[in-house]
Amino acid sequence: MRQTSFRRFAVVLMGVVALVAAACGSSSTGSTSSPSVQTLKVALIEPSLRNDLAFSQSMFAALQSLAGPMNLQIAVTDNAFNVTDAANAMHQYAASGYNLVIAHGSQYGGTIQQLAPQFPKTSFAWGTAGVTFGQPNVFAYQANSQEGGYVEGYEAALLSKSKVLGVIGPIDVGDAHLYVVGFKAGALAADPHVTVRVSFTGSFSDTTLMSTAATSYVSQGADVLTGTSQSVVGAIGVAKNKNVAWFGTQWDQSSLASSQVVASQVYDWTGIVKQMVTAIRGGVLGGATYTITLGNDGEKIAYNPSYSLPASVKSGGDGVVAKIISGAITPPTN
Amino acid sequence: MRAPGLTRHPRILPAGRRRALLISWLVLPSAAIVALLMGAVLMLVFGANPIVGYQALLAGAFGDSYALTSTAVKAVPLLLVGAGICIAFRANVLNIGGEGQIAMGGLAATATALAVPNLPSPVLIPLTLLAGAVGGGVWGAIPGAFKAYFNVNEILSTIMLNLVAVQFMNYMLSGPLVARSGYAVGGLIPQTQLLSPNSWLPTLIEGTQMHLGVLIALVLAIAVYVLLWRTSFGFRIRAVGLSREASQYAGIAVKPTITWAMTLAGALSGVAGAMLVFGSISHRMVTDGSLTGFTGNAGFNGIVVALFAGLHPLWTIVTAFLFAGLLVGGTSMQVVTGVPSDLVTAINGLVVVLVVSVEYMRRRSRARARAVDMLGPPAAGVTELVRA
Amino acid sequence: MSQFFTAAVLTATVASGIQLATPFLLAGLGETMGQRSGVVNLGVDGIMLLGAFSAYFTALKTGNLLLAALAGIGIGVAMGLVTALVSVTLKAEQGISGIGVFLFGLGLTDLLLLKLVPAPATVAALPTVRIPLLDRLPAIGTVFFQQDWLVYFAFLLVPVLTFVLNRTTYGMKIRAVGENPAAADTVGVSVARIRYSTVLIGCALAGLAGAALLLFVGIFQQDLTNSEGFIAVALVYFGAWRPIGVMAGSLLYGMVGSIVLTSKTLGIIPLSGSDIAAMAPAVITVLALLSVARRFRQPAALGRPYERGT
Repeated sequence: MRQTSFRRFAVVLMGVVALVAAACGSSSTGSTSSPSVQTLKVALIEPSLRNDLAFSQSMFAALQSLAGPMNLQIAVTDNAFNVTDAANAMHQYAASGYNLVIAHGSQYGGTIQQLAPQFPKTSFAWGTAGVTFGQPNVFAYQANSQEGGYVEGYEAALLSKSKVLGVIGPIDVGDAHLYVVGFKAGALAADPHVTVRVSFTGSFSDTTLMSTAATSYVSQGADVLTGTSQSVVGAIGVAKNKNVAWFGTQWDQSSLASSQVVASQVYDWTGIVKQMVTAIRGGVLGGATYTITLGNDGEKIAYNPSYSLPASVKSGGDGVVAKIISGAITPPTN
Repeated sequence: MRAPGLTRHPRILPAGRRRALLISWLVLPSAAIVALLMGAVLMLVFGANPIVGYQALLAGAFGDSYALTSTAVKAVPLLLVGAGICIAFRANVLNIGGEGQIAMGGLAATATALAVPNLPSPVLIPLTLLAGAVGGGVWGAIPGAFKAYFNVNEILSTIMLNLVAVQFMNYMLSGPLVARSGYAVGGLIPQTQLLSPNSWLPTLIEGTQMHLGVLIALVLAIAVYVLLWRTSFGFRIRAVGLSREASQYAGIAVKPTITWAMTLAGALSGVAGAMLVFGSISHRMVTDGSLTGFTGNAGFNGIVVALFAGLHPLWTIVTAFLFAGLLVGGTSMQVVTGVPSDLVTAINGLVVVLVVSVEYMRRRSRARARAVDMLGPPAAGVTELVRA
Repeated sequence: MSQFFTAAVLTATVASGIQLATPFLLAGLGETMGQRSGVVNLGVDGIMLLGAFSAYFTALKTGNLLLAALAGIGIGVAMGLVTALVSVTLKAEQGISGIGVFLFGLGLTDLLLLKLVPAPATVAALPTVRIPLLDRLPAIGTVFFQQDWLVYFAFLLVPVLTFVLNRTTYGMKIRAVGENPAAADTVGVSVARIRYSTVLIGCALAGLAGAALLLFVGIFQQDLTNSEGFIAVALVYFGAWRPIGVMAGSLLYGMVGSIVLTSKTLGIIPLSGSDIAAMAPAVITVLALLSVARRFRQPAALGRPYERGT
């Protein structure tokens, strides 16, 4: 079996080269630098690509915009949908002296819970969830997606002529769950007779399923669609080609279908990040939970300037926003 | 082989032979260098310094004790799946279902730990690993039996079962097994609660990730070696793989052998799944909706690792470790240089293709060298007639 | 449940099923050609990804969808040359080299997406082409004769390739090389040339399949194909290496998927059963093969590199 012995030789050779090179190389060490006014080293770990026009992009964009003004040095490990690899990256960032490790994905929570005690001088931020595990160096942050969902559902019901709305979610968890619940409630509040169809594709990443679901909704007469997760771009493509209105969330999706996207609930994490960074620079590494809402400008309804929205719909929406902020309406979460 | 009476004076080699040998020795390093160069070009395109990048990769994989143990831990699923592939492929059953088998094993093990969390460690840990083996084993037995008894092609059935497994995993982790102590304002995370500490694989070296699973995986790999070459069952597996008809003629029960081969391969992948859960930092089973999110592509990488080792379980230990180094190093490279770890995935692919390609050139050069031995410097076309 | 059986929903479901089946069909037909001549290509998914990305990039830059499809084919041909070189000339182990190509395609497309398209935008879908007269047929007309031209092309390939394989000299050579390359070699058939041609065709079709998927979805994403390439390879086995079998498998898979999705959107399948229902296409495919229990043999030389004298 010459074939096999060749392969084995190849393998041994590679091993020797690797070990020799590693011995010659330097390993990365670092002590946690004092985070006062010096550059704060921030690491971001997120489950999809940073240009996904949804969840991951929202945090990446927030950090990028703050990097200069707040003197931050940003490192990104994106596409980290495998939790084990993400955990390795988090560990390495913490061990390399990063001051703030942002784990932007609810699946990272268990890892944060175990890692935080090992690195008491590093601050960990976990989103989207509302639990800090009682650790002094863990921040938690979440999004009240149901608020923007409610507003958009309300407007969608008013806007729709066929009175059939289609909602496509990935998996019924986390902020996807909240948004979908809020949307349906808002739609029914605007018009109790509207039909809101809800389905979940079962994947955060499968764009084909989203496209197919969108097509199916359109065939059932839906003239307004919405959905959440990074795979939603597939559904937006269908909305564009079938000229059906789209309401987006997590990021401003107007660019994807400039004549069909009505509005998007944009997550603006800059407020929260500012608070966390300031706290860290003041010596507080965790123990607080932050929520973005319509009230604190963490969530904004971004209207697509290219879409001519009837004034009555917009004022209806604005009215609902005001009521949510004042507390008159509390969109449900389940 | 060598013609009798023909001696070879070490200093007086026919020119053709010398050149042929030279080619055969240069081929592998050339392949490695080409792969590295292509990787360096990709790094340059991304604005990273290749030297810094490769250094970060190697340091992240092998640079210090934490790195080495991380690599060892990353190698565990690769080794287990690879060992299973050694069994399956040697029985000529092409198991592409590693991903699904890992997931099913992980689920079975997790369910066990959730059901009986208070059993003491020495009982609970073997129990969960056994559950993992059973879960994965069942998932391997199905396509194995389908092939043996119904002639359903195993590539088809294993790929399809992967698809079924991911949906089942999502269902279990959002439904029956989900942690109900809600974290968020509303909406659960598709993960289990923190699993009982009695089920965690104990850390062998303080301050590192090295856990008991590494030792268990090594033992299992050795066991597979023993199984394949020192038991009659292993003999039957190899015989069936070489020739189904001849084995049948020799009285070997072909159908059960094929089924068992796939079952064992699935069981080993299932143990890998269990170890991914109980050796993880988070000590939970969590999903993002995809198989790769849980397995890290171990189902496919295990195939590469086994084939590189010539389907030999002991050599699989080495190849799994090296391949794991590439993977762990890739994550590290992204941390240090900012170059996405996808680059390492692409380089992995290049390395695989290149190394596998040059084998032939090496074989041919060796053949030429032998031919020159026997026949003297080649006349035109003569070496073509020599068997490779 | 009654909502399902309205004309609009039914036709949309079947039409979606056909659209879903198309990438599988294209890639599967390509792989069939290669496998009939004895070459297994497990890298189809990687080539689909590369084809999808090149189609996406081309569509973004030029707005021309035909060019985008051609770009997909082009990259498929390029990868086909590499695959043929590795599998036929260098006689590498086909299983591993295929997975290597897959890893390469997976990693490279993500990198290219990050580097070349930092702000992704959607591209237009292929326009529907109505076949005159036929599209006026009730129900069937809307479903079958109002698709885009890639769909027509894919389904037309089925009889074309069946004809080529069974009734042309070229097809005979392909089959001969796949069954007994040594014998074919003896009678003067160039094994290498035949295999090169089938691999090139196969990978070109895989690239086109990626482009088709991309044009259906409208944008490129990380791992757009989601392992569809592997499913396509599996469908070759389902189809017993015959184009019409591959078509049957693709349609079955696509149609079941479409039915499940429609049922979910209509609420017929409750949310709690969503995941279980999503298993349906895979389960039904395996059950279908099980029940037919055919005994078609694979090409005898499948997966084994040919070297004169062995």
